[in-house]
Amino acid sequence: MPEVNTLVFWLLAIITIASALAVVFLKNIVHSALYLVLTFVGTAGLYILLNAEFLAAVQILVYAGAIAVLFVFAVMLTRRGDIRASNPFNVNYLAAGVVSLALFVIIALATGRMTWVGVSGQPPKSNVGAIAEAFLGPWAIPFEIAAVLLLVGMVGAILVARGGKGEE
Amino acid sequence: MITLTHYLAVGGLLFCIGLFGALAKKNAIAVLMGIELMLNAVNINLVAFNHFLQPAQVTGQIFAIFVIVVAAAEVAVGLALVINIYRRRLDSSVDDLDWLKW
Repeated sequence: MPEVNTLVFWLLAIITIASALAVVFLKNIVHSALYLVLTFVGTAGLYILLNAEFLAAVQILVYAGAIAVLFVFAVMLTRRGDIRASNPFNVNYLAAGVVSLALFVIIALATGRMTWVGVSGQPPKSNVGAIAEAFLGPWAIPFEIAAVLLLVGMVGAILVARGGKGEE
Repeated sequence: MITLTHYLAVGGLLFCIGLFGALAKKNAIAVLMGIELMLNAVNINLVAFNHFLQPAQVTGQIFAIFVIVVAAAEVAVGLALVINIYRRRLDSSVDDLDWLKW
């Protein structure tokens, strides 16, 4: 079984990283949006490998479903001109590349020389049950605040996208 | 054997790709896509830490769910802003959002 897990991990990691690169480097923003969905699905696969099945389901539903559809809607509502060259780089792409590469080197060095100390233990039998108990127990107040945040975000998004009175 | 470092490497790489996208893209929607990639990378790290260092708890997964909630709200408001700016300027390029420059 460990060999299968290793193989699946590398497969999912390659899919995730390659489609993330495609999101950034493809010229057509519609293709970028589609590869973004593939990145989210690859991430969900990694969650399953990490014994977080509920989180994988949430990832598929929220990211690959709702957020991807939002992106496609926004592309559809804002695009004009040539769609084939709709995702260009701006003037600071060289500086951005240097900053990102430097950050990756720093992260790689830092994680490479770190030794992680963990606590051993058995994973909970039911992932959903454990998460539900945490959400309705010690994390109840943040859970409620997240609900309020979603409501405020939704109402705010509607207000901002609709615009004020007399703007049309 | 896949260890925590492998997952952290994937997360770090994904974060840096997202950072590059967020910094170097001209289209505001592409910038938001880069931010989504960065949030995903953080989620991978949270779940990996949870699985390898504290397997008996689900705290990392709880945090990842909060990140997903905040990301959903953020992308809804961000795309609404992009659509509204597009209606005023007929453009969604971040290079031209110069209202604060004088």
